[in-house]
Amino acid sequence: MLAYIVKRVLRSILSVFIIICIVFVLLRMLPVEGYFGGRYDLLTEEQRQMELYRMGLLDPVPVQLFNFLRQLVTEFDLGLSSRIRVNVPVTTVIADRVPISVQFGLISVAIGMPLGMALGVMMSRKKGGVWDKAGTGYVAILNAVPAPVYMVLIQLYGTMLLGAPLTFRFDSPMSRVLPIITMCLPIIAINAFWMRRYMVDEINRDYIKLAQIKNVPTTTIFFRHVFRNAVVPMTNLIPLSILGTIWGQIIIERLYSIPGMGGLLIDAILARDNALVQALVIMFSAIGIFGLLLGDLLMAFVDPRIRLHKKGAAR
Amino acid sequence: MSKYNVWLKTANKLEESIIDDFRARVTASPDDLTEENAAKLPAEYFQFAHNEFKEAERAGYSNYSYWGSTIRMFFRNKMGVVTFAILVVLMGFAFIQPILPGQLDPGTIHDDLTAVPVRFYRNVPPQFFEGRFFLGTNAIGQDLWARMWAGTRNSLFIGFTVAGISMAFGIMFGMLWGYVRKLDFLFTEMYNIINNIPNTIILILAAMLFGPSIPVLVAAMSMWAWIGHAHNIRNLTLMFRDREFNLASRCLGTGVFRVIIRNLLPQMISVIMLRMALAVPIAITGEVFLSYLGLGISQVTPTLGNLLEMARPLMRAHPYQLLFPAAILSVISICFYLAGNAFSDSADPRNHV
Repeated sequence: MLAYIVKRVLRSILSVFIIICIVFVLLRMLPVEGYFGGRYDLLTEEQRQMELYRMGLLDPVPVQLFNFLRQLVTEFDLGLSSRIRVNVPVTTVIADRVPISVQFGLISVAIGMPLGMALGVMMSRKKGGVWDKAGTGYVAILNAVPAPVYMVLIQLYGTMLLGAPLTFRFDSPMSRVLPIITMCLPIIAINAFWMRRYMVDEINRDYIKLAQIKNVPTTTIFFRHVFRNAVVPMTNLIPLSILGTIWGQIIIERLYSIPGMGGLLIDAILARDNALVQALVIMFSAIGIFGLLLGDLLMAFVDPRIRLHKKGAAR
Repeated sequence: MSKYNVWLKTANKLEESIIDDFRARVTASPDDLTEENAAKLPAEYFQFAHNEFKEAERAGYSNYSYWGSTIRMFFRNKMGVVTFAILVVLMGFAFIQPILPGQLDPGTIHDDLTAVPVRFYRNVPPQFFEGRFFLGTNAIGQDLWARMWAGTRNSLFIGFTVAGISMAFGIMFGMLWGYVRKLDFLFTEMYNIINNIPNTIILILAAMLFGPSIPVLVAAMSMWAWIGHAHNIRNLTLMFRDREFNLASRCLGTGVFRVIIRNLLPQMISVIMLRMALAVPIAITGEVFLSYLGLGISQVTPTLGNLLEMARPLMRAHPYQLLFPAAILSVISICFYLAGNAFSDSADPRNHV
């Protein structure tokens, strides 16, 4: 067990390391004015070169990469923001934005996941029944209609219907309702889809047939055997869903002007704030990788049957 | 060579002794038929019978044809047929729309600056058949109807090229990945890395580094999408490569290339078609998404994404500018999704008969 965990963690760290290298090298292609803030046009060419030299940007790329990694590991320093908040450490900029995204995200996950799982359970109770048909239709529509379209339509008509403000305001609780509902919709759809699938898989197993033959009550079969086994693979999704709230919801946060993480990457890109872009991309990828890792580990803890020593068993 | 000369035609194929015997008999006996009677016989009596290898192979088998069954199954599915028909009509119309009479140019700004007083045609509401602008105009006075169809064309182009390119690479590398076990580690590591970077970030980075244009978007989306396809194909390859039929085929000395093309690929058609069908709307949505972020293709090239983005700030005042492109986009996505699912169901041999 321990050996497996150590191995997985090391693999994940390796993946993050490779991603950092790729992103770092790619981002060296950005125009250099992204390091100067608003002063770029005011400086002469010599001053710019001086400035770049001082920041270590004229070194060969591997040297820069090494310095970046050393700073990251020793003092968790990702550089200074140059445009969004001038000369403020990138980590501070990000830390100020995270809480609001996490707040929205956690609420919608807390509402959406149980609802989605409940919907999935209802769908699996009777194949071709009302719940199954309605649920399948809902999942299909949410999958098929492009997210930007339904999200903007919800904003347009939802705000009219509820009389809520069109954009987010800190002092208005009403303005939080629609973003949270919009975030919940896809979460419900994904969870319902997988829950139904795992439930149906489990219902078709032989041991369920045996239980039926033994005349175990249907509800007992359903909740003690089917549900418990179907929930195990669902736990795989939980860590990533929770960690993923840090990403924020790019589309929704932009639609409702929520000052969270989702908008930050876009703002940084449009403002050409190189250090911030780099930090965000690396952070997002790292969260994705560690979310998956935690999901696998959690699943192994929840279900002792999953043998970790067998190659690829936890995947 | 005479048409009726059986001897000449047949004799070439016979051995010398038989030829001699045959010649002796033919020359000895007089003609059985007079010339008129021979002319009355149907010409096909004098044609060689076909010796078709494929026909010979069929003997003893049912006349099952994979594509025939697939198409028959597909037409039994009403939802699939309807959505497929809608798609065909929509795409057909998008491509013939510019050559229909009375269409306006999508790029022209229709403000009349020479008139006195100056006339603006901005944010004209839909006029349908009562005026020049069928669906009205946008904020700078361009015809929305023409822009909508031009946008549909461009978006479909993006969707189809991304689906085609990524699927081609996906099949190629997926087969290699599944078939050549030594490459497994390399590809798996690559999959872990590419798949862990969110799609949106790759798109955003590409748009930022190389500037948003159709080729850049297509390249960026294909770059991300191929590995997902490849992973799926790899799993299928692993499933089929050790099946008995393939083992038998390999024991008979079939080459790797032929095994892949003739034995494995046909088993995967249904999955491939489904992924292709779903890849098109995903790519179209990707473009819409980028436009939302303000990183999309410039307004000079209309796409569904930048039509929506241009209409979004005005959605309270002029909802029609948003609703029509949104409707087209949704219809296209839903139809691809449903038709793709219907087709993959019917292409799955397990559902045949």
